[in-house]
Amino acid sequence: MHEKTLAELSQALQNKTLSSVELTQHYLKRIEQLDGSLNSYITVTAESALEQAAAADARIAAGNAGPLTGIPLAHKDLFCTQGQRTSCGSKMLDNFISPYESTVTQRFLDAGAVSLGKTNLDEFAMGSSTESSFYGPTRNPWDTDRVPGGSSGGSAAAVAGRLCVAATGTDTGGSIRQPAGFTALTGLKPTYGRVSRWGMVAYASSLDQGGPMARTAEDCALMLQVMAGFDAKDSTSVEQPVPDYSASLSDSLKGLRIGLPKEYFAAGLDAATSDAISAAVKQFQALGAEVREISLPNAELAIPAYYVIAPAEASSNLSRFDGVRFGYRCDHPADLTDLYKRSRAEGFGAEVKRRIMVGTYALSAGYYDAYYLKAQKIRRLIKNDFMAAYEQVDVILCPTSPTPAFKIGEKIDDPVSLYLTDIYTITANLAGVPGIALPAGFANGLPLGMQLLGPYFSEARLLNIAHQYQQVTDWHQRAPAGY
Amino acid sequence: MSLDRTDVEKIAHLARIALSEDDIPATTAKLSGILELIDKMQAVDTSAVAPLAHPLETTQRLRADEVTESNQREAYQAIAPATEAGLYLVPKVIE
Repeated sequence: MHEKTLAELSQALQNKTLSSVELTQHYLKRIEQLDGSLNSYITVTAESALEQAAAADARIAAGNAGPLTGIPLAHKDLFCTQGQRTSCGSKMLDNFISPYESTVTQRFLDAGAVSLGKTNLDEFAMGSSTESSFYGPTRNPWDTDRVPGGSSGGSAAAVAGRLCVAATGTDTGGSIRQPAGFTALTGLKPTYGRVSRWGMVAYASSLDQGGPMARTAEDCALMLQVMAGFDAKDSTSVEQPVPDYSASLSDSLKGLRIGLPKEYFAAGLDAATSDAISAAVKQFQALGAEVREISLPNAELAIPAYYVIAPAEASSNLSRFDGVRFGYRCDHPADLTDLYKRSRAEGFGAEVKRRIMVGTYALSAGYYDAYYLKAQKIRRLIKNDFMAAYEQVDVILCPTSPTPAFKIGEKIDDPVSLYLTDIYTITANLAGVPGIALPAGFANGLPLGMQLLGPYFSEARLLNIAHQYQQVTDWHQRAPAGY
Repeated sequence: MSLDRTDVEKIAHLARIALSEDDIPATTAKLSGILELIDKMQAVDTSAVAPLAHPLETTQRLRADEVTESNQREAYQAIAPATEAGLYLVPKVIE
């Protein structure tokens, strides 16, 4: 069962050749047998999953099911799920039982989807390897000595390890696309404001965006259909009609203009990844696309600007964790300041504390213009680069990461080297444009990822292009040995 | 930009994060490394560029000033570290 895609399983459920209870039991058994080797889940919600599956079967029998009804999913553990622990991979929220449901997970409940549990992540989504979680690192099913990427590494490993059909992720600087690239998945970061942030624990609010992670573009289309849409509870949600993402999957790529940003193919890019993208370019040309070189001249400023904006917003967002209203509280505080300081020192991990401190510094008196304001100006330059590029081309094709998945422990002690792994993904977050990552090949058994970036609200086109590529390639059909 | 011990102690205090004596050297080195990365921003002249806060440059929506939320105090306080009589308990602030 687990070798089938979401679209295929959906058909089987609708045709009643399979029940959601059977399917859910199958995945719960797989999690029990295999997740010890991956650590992709923080919490498995077997009991509620089976209740949801039984309800989904009743709904299918009654004839009012949708494509997601009865499909076992997993959610990144920063989507609040009512009555369940929502930990964000942090000791700070190890005891946090969410009193409310996020919009994204509520939409999946309304669609009749089953939730198998909550997946591991870098603490508060701050990381690119899923090593900074309080619950230990997640391992990559393609090579368990390597990271699955991050911060949505638990979701990536769970989908790639066939421990759920598809999963939710969030992408602040590449946290859906980079792990998708490391695990041979298809992952979509939507346009900023397309998917509601309500109930998604905030990291950097002007960059955070939820999206789907699945095995194919077709599956991502079905997932995004449920996730996307206006939400009055999210103050930056955009009021734009949601198209039928599956309807345009079969459109022709004839005349599609693809741009290759020359800055993304310079020094530092792994040769195998570069070769894989060259091969993909030929495939796209064979499908009727025209490919030309373009320039994103300010791309190298993206990481410096990101590491001001994201930590600044994080320092503000994470000030709510004070040991008073919820979350971790230190023992025997001497006074109120001691309560704050020790609860935060003991509750947060090293990387979260570093980013809070960087942000605090950037926002402190006398430094605002030199850091936060400067970074916001660079943000506009980067947006302008994209807008100029989209005058010449319809989409941009580039790698998701400079290298395939690296070894666990290789970069964790050197934050700056870890930050640089997001060099190709961060620009899309700063500009707010959508991007889809998909597998483009393998080298030494490790997946190589590429991404397509498009103009605002071009998700349907990105899914269409990825789907067409997946009709003529089979990278997305490969499964890691043993899973 | 390189930070010294006093800078780091001040930042940690502003961020309300306790730092042990043992943590200060490593924290100072790592924060300095990050600031060095950030300082690459200064290479470009942005004096004529307007800052960008929201990618789509939309402004905050407003709504009618009406009560839309019901009281959830019990649900919220059920997950609090310490409460009494509907209040959150913290160490004594005024003697």
